[in-house]
Amino acid sequence: MLHLIDRRPSSRGRSAVNRERFLRRYKSHIQDAVKKMVGERRLADMEHGGEVHVPKKDISEPSFGFGHGGDREFVLPGNREFVAGDRIARPQGGGSGGNRGSAGEGDSEDAFVFSLSREEFMQIFFDDLELPNLARTELGHTEQKKSVRAGFAKTGVPANLAIVRTLRQSLARRIALGGSLAREIMALETDFAIASAAGQAERAAQIYAELERIGRRRGELPFIDEPDLRYRNRVMRPEPIARAVMFCLMDVSASMDEEKKDLAKRFFTLLYLFLTRKYGQVDLVFIRHTDDAEEVDEDTFFHDTRSGGTVVYSALDLAEKIRAERYARGWNVYVAQASDGDAFGADPARSARFLREKLLPATRYYAYLELASPHSSDHPSALWSEYERVAGATDNLAMRKASERDQIYPVFRELFRKEAQA
Amino acid sequence: MSPISHGADWDFDLIERYDVEIAKIAGDFGLDTYPNQVEIITSEQMLDAYASSGLPIGYPHWSYGKEFIRNEQAYRRGMQGLAYEIVINSSPCIAYLMEENTMTTQALVIAHACYGHNSFFKGNHLFRQWTDAEAILDYLVFARRYVMECEERHGADAVEEVLDACHALMPHGVDRYRRPAAPTLKAETERLRVREAHRERDFNDLWRTLPGKNADKRKGHDDHFPAEPQENILYFVEKHSPKLEPWQRELVRIVRKLAQYFDPQAQTKVMNEGWATFWHYTILNRLHEKGLVDDGFMLEFLKSHTNVIAQPAYDSKAYGGLNPYALGFALFSDLRRICENPDAEDRAWFPDIAGGDWQKTLDFAMRNFKDESFIGQYMSPRLIRDFHLFAIADHEDERELVVDSIHDERGYKRVRKLLAQQHAQHIRVPDVQVIRYERDGDRSLTLRHHRRRGRPLTDAAAQVVAHLRRLWGFSVRLETWDGEAQVGDVVECAA
Repeated sequence: MLHLIDRRPSSRGRSAVNRERFLRRYKSHIQDAVKKMVGERRLADMEHGGEVHVPKKDISEPSFGFGHGGDREFVLPGNREFVAGDRIARPQGGGSGGNRGSAGEGDSEDAFVFSLSREEFMQIFFDDLELPNLARTELGHTEQKKSVRAGFAKTGVPANLAIVRTLRQSLARRIALGGSLAREIMALETDFAIASAAGQAERAAQIYAELERIGRRRGELPFIDEPDLRYRNRVMRPEPIARAVMFCLMDVSASMDEEKKDLAKRFFTLLYLFLTRKYGQVDLVFIRHTDDAEEVDEDTFFHDTRSGGTVVYSALDLAEKIRAERYARGWNVYVAQASDGDAFGADPARSARFLREKLLPATRYYAYLELASPHSSDHPSALWSEYERVAGATDNLAMRKASERDQIYPVFRELFRKEAQA
Repeated sequence: MSPISHGADWDFDLIERYDVEIAKIAGDFGLDTYPNQVEIITSEQMLDAYASSGLPIGYPHWSYGKEFIRNEQAYRRGMQGLAYEIVINSSPCIAYLMEENTMTTQALVIAHACYGHNSFFKGNHLFRQWTDAEAILDYLVFARRYVMECEERHGADAVEEVLDACHALMPHGVDRYRRPAAPTLKAETERLRVREAHRERDFNDLWRTLPGKNADKRKGHDDHFPAEPQENILYFVEKHSPKLEPWQRELVRIVRKLAQYFDPQAQTKVMNEGWATFWHYTILNRLHEKGLVDDGFMLEFLKSHTNVIAQPAYDSKAYGGLNPYALGFALFSDLRRICENPDAEDRAWFPDIAGGDWQKTLDFAMRNFKDESFIGQYMSPRLIRDFHLFAIADHEDERELVVDSIHDERGYKRVRKLLAQQHAQHIRVPDVQVIRYERDGDRSLTLRHHRRRGRPLTDAAAQVVAHLRRLWGFSVRLETWDGEAQVGDVVECAA
């Protein structure tokens, strides 16, 4: 007798735990792969899975087995041309023509390839940045007020008059108030008919006067009265703004080498990922600058080099222009600026003033990352000193120096904490 | 009679109706089976099952994750199809059927797994002797829980280290000459409890302070321990390792038990698949003769069946070794033919069975052989011709490969002998045994590899020795001997 069980609804992903064990064991390989992917990807594509290659020899499970050499015989199917005693040249690579016993031995340096899911990729990406759990999971609240319908009210402006609803009220009122009068009229009419038929003229006239009086009263019921009026009601409800724009500002002068750009990319990525968790739509604006600023696409931004001096002000100015032009209302504005801090003359002071007066008030959060070479002096750059003064006065400017990847996250620490509390 | 169903769609009622008919036919043929339990699963669940050797409950380990990822990738890229079924040697015998299968495939799989494999599990002497179908599911539950408890108590890394080492030695954790007691969940838990209680009861700190008792008497006695070489390395480690904690010992035991459980399957691959294939073929043909299935059903079935028993030639791109389904099916079918329609050659080669009762002959063969002996006993010249089998000699001192023998009058016996040997234990697993444990000395362990015909071990041997050293706790060395002489380098992993 057959015992038939439908297992389909029961738990799937029984191997999830084993898969996770595997990933844990080969974390270093995976981290390398993730690092490479971060370098190659566009910001907006960052949040996908990816392929990881692990050399086969690193994941083999050893056991005693037979190596090459020694004497042996093996039987194969499908002989067509051989007779006993024929000699056959050994196949290349010392293989044995497909005998099962040696199938696993001659494996080349093939890599074991597998895909990381999006979650796993992000997990490792965040691990690398030393991100605390709070920042990983917390979705902040970003609100704007939006007026939504909320039924009907007895007061309001004429423009919001709900006509159907008002007429319905008036009809109800007229029925309610007119009902007893109609009954009285009917009763009086009957009396009147009896009185006239009986020839009681005086009484009939009396009833007739009464009828007229009541008829007038009925006619005086207003078609629409003050209490009938109904207005469409609207209330202001806080709503998250679903859009944000992220300005990426980067100094691309010659002193920014590839290493620094890689750091900058992680810096931008982190903010971008944070924003995509909070907002439905995130626009990216890339502004690079040397001594003048221009808006470019992402590839140019990260990979094209230019030479020239450094005028930070130009980039801030351009960012503000673009903001005012395209993102003036209904956008959350975030700015991330990466620079090595080389700015000269009046530029730092002018930039800081512009930042304080123009850009910061319109920005939710402004993050500045100064990319220091590991061996650079502790002496703060001119830009840093100026920005520091601005940061003291406001709470939406965060700044940090970084020469290693794990120093990037602290730039956003304030931001993540604040948003988490909100 | 009218066919049970038309078309590809199946439902639970239909599966049960097919099973009733198939069971009737299997009964007519005298197949003796465990009760059947059929579980319908999705392809995703099939991948899960793949990863854990088909076991419904496995303990967590990264290697299963690796296996899962490998299969999943291959499957997603279309490089590998999934098996129609997986069947587990347990009572009740559990078979997994994929929901994607058509009705025909489900019927094929029921005949193959629930009556073919199932009767083999119940009948074959290796399974009867070395596995306990009643107890395995309980034991798996116990093993999983125990491993997970250990992870909680001692950390996943510590557990992983032990399991890695055990897995490396798994092929050397199998008894061949002694019947192990089959533990049930209850007995196993009880055993652990008693062990624990005993330790607690006997704890006396005084023992620690005593000077070495009988130290003189012992000296010189155990020069050779173990007295005989031990081929079950894991067993030896479990019983004698000087350093293992009790929980580590238990892990060794768990891996050893699983190795023992799977060993008969490795030794009877050809027979097991051949038997199941032979019976699905025979049973479904009988269904058709009875008019219970239509011609469409048969055509689809024959197509699957032909794919299963395809044997590409050695130089074909599709060649992946001898197909155990093809070889096994051919052997059992040929056996039936020899009984029913013997020719002169068969009478000369198989005088005992030619013209005999085929059901009795097949039943006897199924019960009493393993791949090695089965091929050695029943491979007929006709089969060798059909498969165009030929043997290649790969000798170290020859510059070229030599065709040893082919499917001709002079070669039949030789090819058959070589093919049988190819399925023998010593071809799959090198002969490595424990020969010495310096119990009173430095506690080092010495293994000996008996090299046969000059075939060396792979370089992975050093890693296996390192794993063993981790279990053993003191230095481990591996010598290689060819006959009476020690050869090659000694692989040593110092304490």
